[in-house]
Amino acid sequence: MTHVNNSLVNTGRLLVAGLRALLVLTLFTGVVYPLAVTGVAQAFFGHQASGSEVRADGRVVGSSLIGQQGYGLDYFQPRPAAGLGVNTVNTQYKLILSGATNLAADNPRLVKAVERARAEVVRVNSTPDHKVKPSQVPADAVTSSGSGLDPDISPAYARLQVHRVAERNHLPVARVERLVREHTEGRTLGFIGEPCVNVLQLNVALRELTTGH
Amino acid sequence: MGPVLAGVLQLLALMAALALAHVPLGTYMAGVYSGRRHWRVERWIYKAVGADPDTQMRWPAYARGVLAFSVVGVLLLYLLQRIQGVLPLSLGFRSVGPAQAFNTAASFVTNTNWQSYYGEQTMGHVVQTAGLAVQNFASAAVGLAVAVALVRGFARSGTGVLGNFWADLVRGTVRILLPLAAVAAVVLVACGAIQNFSGIHEVGQFFDGHGVGGSQQWNGGAVASQEAIKELGTNGGGYFNANSAHPFENPTPFTNLFEIFLILVIPFSLTRTFGVMVGSVRQGYAILAAMAAIWLGFVALMMWTEFAHREGALRIAGAAMEGKEVRFGVGGSSIFAVSTTLTSTGAVDSAHSSLTGFGGGIALLGMMLGEIAPGGVGSGLYGILVMAVIAVFIAGLMVGRTPEYLGKKIGSREIKLAALYILITPALVLVFTAFAMALPTPPRSALNPGAHGFSEVLYAYTSAANNNGSAFAGLNANTDWFNITTGLVMLLGRFLPVVFVLALAGSLGEQRPVPVTAGTLRTEKPLFTGLLVGAVLIVVGLTYFPALALGPLAEGLA
Repeated sequence: MTHVNNSLVNTGRLLVAGLRALLVLTLFTGVVYPLAVTGVAQAFFGHQASGSEVRADGRVVGSSLIGQQGYGLDYFQPRPAAGLGVNTVNTQYKLILSGATNLAADNPRLVKAVERARAEVVRVNSTPDHKVKPSQVPADAVTSSGSGLDPDISPAYARLQVHRVAERNHLPVARVERLVREHTEGRTLGFIGEPCVNVLQLNVALRELTTGH
Repeated sequence: MGPVLAGVLQLLALMAALALAHVPLGTYMAGVYSGRRHWRVERWIYKAVGADPDTQMRWPAYARGVLAFSVVGVLLLYLLQRIQGVLPLSLGFRSVGPAQAFNTAASFVTNTNWQSYYGEQTMGHVVQTAGLAVQNFASAAVGLAVAVALVRGFARSGTGVLGNFWADLVRGTVRILLPLAAVAAVVLVACGAIQNFSGIHEVGQFFDGHGVGGSQQWNGGAVASQEAIKELGTNGGGYFNANSAHPFENPTPFTNLFEIFLILVIPFSLTRTFGVMVGSVRQGYAILAAMAAIWLGFVALMMWTEFAHREGALRIAGAAMEGKEVRFGVGGSSIFAVSTTLTSTGAVDSAHSSLTGFGGGIALLGMMLGEIAPGGVGSGLYGILVMAVIAVFIAGLMVGRTPEYLGKKIGSREIKLAALYILITPALVLVFTAFAMALPTPPRSALNPGAHGFSEVLYAYTSAANNNGSAFAGLNANTDWFNITTGLVMLLGRFLPVVFVLALAGSLGEQRPVPVTAGTLRTEKPLFTGLLVGAVLIVVGLTYFPALALGPLAEGLA
């Protein structure tokens, strides 16, 4: 009986030690660490730490890192975002839930979605004097990203939209082409990642061009 | 430059960075666990814990320390989620339900970080930073401690004592994980990862569908600080649902490569720590070579299948970009996918469910091999050392000699413990997958039809049992069945192997080393590295072959 009592007492002691260790580590890694990082981040990289907001016309129009949906056809279109959701738990907010479609390559739903998206890209981007061929449509134009918030499109998809954007905004094609070139970012150090065009920044620049401010 | 060449160059840059970092970091870590001096802050922590850091523990005491600390971790994290509704700074988020709270607590304490919840809509500031992120540190420090205890078992002779768990836990956190994570977090913020306590706030947007204007709601949070330790500690639990595909967690192509580096740097460097502590860095290099060979082979296979994109929708689209971000591309996403599944990380920068059939299979097989190339923080090293024991045993059978490794005889007790270690995980994966598929309800959680639907379930239990945490995320895992069973599988898949490893360490430590003779298998030579890779692929890989044939192989060959 004393033996059982002893082992119970020992187990209890051990659990208390575990709890104290966890509480102390929580103080360091769960309070001091995030607050210290936040302090440094806000002091030296405040713009990034707060979400890399983009301003235009004197107001915030989003983040250069977060892709937006809902641009009209006068503007450059982002990638599809079929994996995005809205919150179901915390409904006092209207949150965007990041996410991918998670559809498998052989899922007929995905096959259909890709085919439909491509036909749509061909249709809306063809103008009377510029026909887009299905083979010209790049993969990023017809697939959803991992986050659903991809802020970028490939330079190929941006170029594909130039004729439509030029026509609808009554701009010379060459001017819009130049705009795309100016907003094309190459690979970091020449080899990291893939070249991309930030859709929000491109559209902000386009709006400045068309409205004059 | 084409995307394939850019992908290969990124791989080479990553290897160069790891090659540069592993010697100083590995040597430093060996010093951390060997030094006698305590830092002042550590002495204060020991006083608060009520533990004497200089008491040497035998393996049962060491294991009891690990288990007590982890049990308390599960309970506290469970409690924190259950009372979230009344905690301050919780942004109005409700308390998490019991099954999901159990799953999440088990998940973060076991270094799995499987997430059956959406981060954006479930967890407030307190649970994220003072609950989940704390376990990112703690579970990684526990993994390091267990690995170091095993290394001491090899390094010491004639003694059953393996060190002091509390000292190893505290030193790993204070001297290794915290400083590295702090630097990494600042780098991530500088590149665009967010770090604020704005909560959920309104931000203007360009267009709202009707015209210029409108707004969107964003989650603010301590994202960069969590992201840094999430990768460095091979944890993998994302602040957001999209995990490291989310631009606030992984904003640029550079951060993508940097995060892969963070995932791999401690596991690879631990081979150096091992070499230094057993008194022969060449023994460490032999282990490192086996890890690197498997990792590199897997990356090559993944890149090959992802760039070839020969199936269904991906072929029609023209590239395997479904579930991938433009800025990372196919190359960067492939390196990430392999690195996260060959470690116990499970962070994802692309949707693994939308990988090619073979690509998904490579991710699965990486976890199935036991995550040892280079594996989780600590768990990778002890996992591959157990495989090394198996490999010398097989070699011993071939030549009819009593096998030995690092001068320690691999007798019947040692091989039984090693065998238990490598059997427990496949047993958990295959038994639970079979039950889930045989029952009427669980298969309905699958999103995709056919072979891929089966793969979703197989992936879930493989990920849970190996403490990975990534998913074929089409699976609706927030059901009582999946929350409870994967939670149990995570706990059993973490702590049974830990107990076997510590028992093995104890029995190795008690032995006196046998002298090296002409007949001794030279475990620092390339021959042994080859033997080890072979043992890993054949002994472990083949266990899963029938299951792989039903899922990803069927999908890839169709």
